[in-house]
Amino acid sequence: MNDFLPQASEIASKVDALAFALLVVSLLFSLAIGAFLIFFLVRYREGSDVDRTNPLIDRPSLEVVWIVVPTLIAGGLFFWSADLYTEMLDTEEQAVEIFVLGKQWMWKVQHPSGKREINHLHLPADTPVRLTMISEDVIHSFFLPAFRVKRDVLPGRYHYLDFRPTKPGDYHIFCAEYCGSEHSQMRGTVTVMPPSEYEEWVSNSEAPSVARGETLFNTHGCRSCHRPDSPTPAPSLEYLFGKDVTLEDGRTVSVDENYLRESILLPNEKVVAGFEPIMPTYQGTLTEEEVHSLVLYLKERGKAAGP
Amino acid sequence: MKSYLNKETTLASWLFTTDHKRIGVLYLLSITFFFVLGGVAATLMRLELSTPTPELMIADNYNKLFTLHGTIMVWFFLIPSIPNVFGNFLLPLMLGTKELAFPKLNLLSWWVYMGGAFFTLWAIVSGGVDTGWTFYTPYSTTYTNSHVILMAAGIFVVGFSSVFTGINFIVTIHSMRTPGMTWGRLPLFVWSLYATSLILVLATPVLTITLLLVALERLAGFGIFDPSLGGDPLLFQHLFWFYSHPAVYIMILPGMGVVSELITCFARRPPFGYKFIAGSSLAIALLGFFVWGHHMFVSGQSLYAGLIFSFLSFLVAVPSAIKVFNWTATLHKGRIRFSSPMLYALGFIGLFTIGGLTGLFLAALAVDVHLTDTYFVVAHFHYIMVGGMVMAYMGALHFWWPKMTGRLYYEPLAKLSALTIFAGFNLTFFPQFILGYLGMPRRYHTYPEEFQYLGSGLLASLALSHLVAVEGRKVRGESVACRRTGVEDHLSTAGG
Repeated sequence: MNDFLPQASEIASKVDALAFALLVVSLLFSLAIGAFLIFFLVRYREGSDVDRTNPLIDRPSLEVVWIVVPTLIAGGLFFWSADLYTEMLDTEEQAVEIFVLGKQWMWKVQHPSGKREINHLHLPADTPVRLTMISEDVIHSFFLPAFRVKRDVLPGRYHYLDFRPTKPGDYHIFCAEYCGSEHSQMRGTVTVMPPSEYEEWVSNSEAPSVARGETLFNTHGCRSCHRPDSPTPAPSLEYLFGKDVTLEDGRTVSVDENYLRESILLPNEKVVAGFEPIMPTYQGTLTEEEVHSLVLYLKERGKAAGP
Repeated sequence: MKSYLNKETTLASWLFTTDHKRIGVLYLLSITFFFVLGGVAATLMRLELSTPTPELMIADNYNKLFTLHGTIMVWFFLIPSIPNVFGNFLLPLMLGTKELAFPKLNLLSWWVYMGGAFFTLWAIVSGGVDTGWTFYTPYSTTYTNSHVILMAAGIFVVGFSSVFTGINFIVTIHSMRTPGMTWGRLPLFVWSLYATSLILVLATPVLTITLLLVALERLAGFGIFDPSLGGDPLLFQHLFWFYSHPAVYIMILPGMGVVSELITCFARRPPFGYKFIAGSSLAIALLGFFVWGHHMFVSGQSLYAGLIFSFLSFLVAVPSAIKVFNWTATLHKGRIRFSSPMLYALGFIGLFTIGGLTGLFLAALAVDVHLTDTYFVVAHFHYIMVGGMVMAYMGALHFWWPKMTGRLYYEPLAKLSALTIFAGFNLTFFPQFILGYLGMPRRYHTYPEEFQYLGSGLLASLALSHLVAVEGRKVRGESVACRRTGVEDHLSTAGG
């Protein structure tokens, strides 16, 4: 079975262990019910000569047993699975962040070094990885069966997938959410390589994503307002990432990647208190890849100069 | 002998009848048509999937076939199957009344069903829909070029039919029980119809509104679900599953009610734990409203929402388990007769147990992340919907066929059918659990070669051909007085 379904991530063997426990519970229940069924069916078949006096009609104590026992077992399985799920969603600080864009019908990947690929994802082994994923059109789902992880990829917001690949090799990428005509062709390969090989593979002559973001920041007019001595008042972008800001209507939002993205594309939705809604939208001007590079640049700037 | 079947013989006397038995028969004919249509779609899909590459059709046609199969089987076969055929026919007889509370509303319900059927057939004839039965946005509202509006109209209309039937059953059960027929004495089938009707009335309007919103966004560009218009695609999933998860229980509760009757009848003893079987139907109906989020564990709902929905989904397994235990205990010290309806009922218990237990895998958050949207899910819900509901429906059809028609079928063949369907079903769907765990996604027209050995399409068509054969054979059944215990005394009164 392992040839078909390798355990290529840290979480994979833990998921399989839980699934195996579920299988054992299922088999025990099936065998118990099956045994009773067959025993009764044979013993009490029409024409058999057995004692049928005082059949059980009601026995509340028995009902209590078969309500309480399944509830306890279900409760135990719930806690196990909830714990593992929480572990799956944990983010590691040092994760390699890779951008994945889903569109009908392909996966486009951009590494922090600026290296890009389509329907293929190269990853370093034994290194935490975080995929930042968004769709350009409909809902897709990024599914790596060998890693036992999956996450829907939505238009309009970033979703993340955290995992740690362990075993070098080539594995499937599937789109698991039906997305139109060529849904079943939206497949690819994930290649896990030793970290040193990945470093070599990922280095290239292109500008890294953050640098691309800086170029965009300078060429698309962002800098003309978002600078300290600007005649047009605009919020400073220094020290910003990860902070809470208060909006005009009194709400507080946390400055994360989704908020930065929304502020570039729909700038007048959540205007920071004390500023005028005068920023033009960049919807249709910037691609999702460009917006993400800008977000990375802003994030880097917000963090680097932080107090 | 005159009965409800031949007291009047004109076409109009059938099409405009307010007789609950005749309306039951009208539904039987209509849903049989759709059952065959949905079955043909499934057969074509399975044939296409027998090889990993496109053979019979292009991707668009495959996508339309699985949409057609799902839509028709859910709304035009499974939801109306047992309630509208056997509920209509039997509810007044079981309560000891002559009619349902609103006979004209009952007729309207059938006509509205046919109206919905008309839109759906229109959608199919004009080229079909390729969204899947789930109509996920923004694909359904913005991206597909297929006939979403027509198909949605069909489902929108048929929803009213469900609500009418639900209201009719609830009022009838509350107000028209014969003296002495107290709540504590209601047949278990009636209890299951009562629970089903509550869901029909409470959940269906949510679907109706959701489809209306899809149509408004598609036709008029209202930004409700599409983020590029300022909407939220997850809102659609919440609304859709708020209806569609309870709808799963609409599709299984009546089957459980039938099985409670069949087991009791053929064990020839009173049911074990009557109150617990009846109460668990209500518990399922209630809990069923609070587990919709388990369809969305990877969709982006919050961690805490996921935890709560997972916990409630584990809980809903308990009332289902209660039923299985009580059915088993009902066999204790019985005098068990293995007639064909009993074989279907026993098949139901086995297949429903597998379907229910595999549901635990999907309720378990961390495992669901791997399994959701794979063939494991396909296998799981077919074990409930086909292994459960269709087996119960076939059991009911055999059990009450003599009462409904005054004819008896040929028992050895009926037994053979029950066994063949049981075996064929398992051969078709059991491998899909393994296929799904290995990672094969659902709704795939083509797939990696390594999955082929588990996906044989021939077994599916084998089981299906037997389903059709059973329908055909019964229509040719001999006209004989029914000799089966417990049935003949009703026959003389069945003509009203």
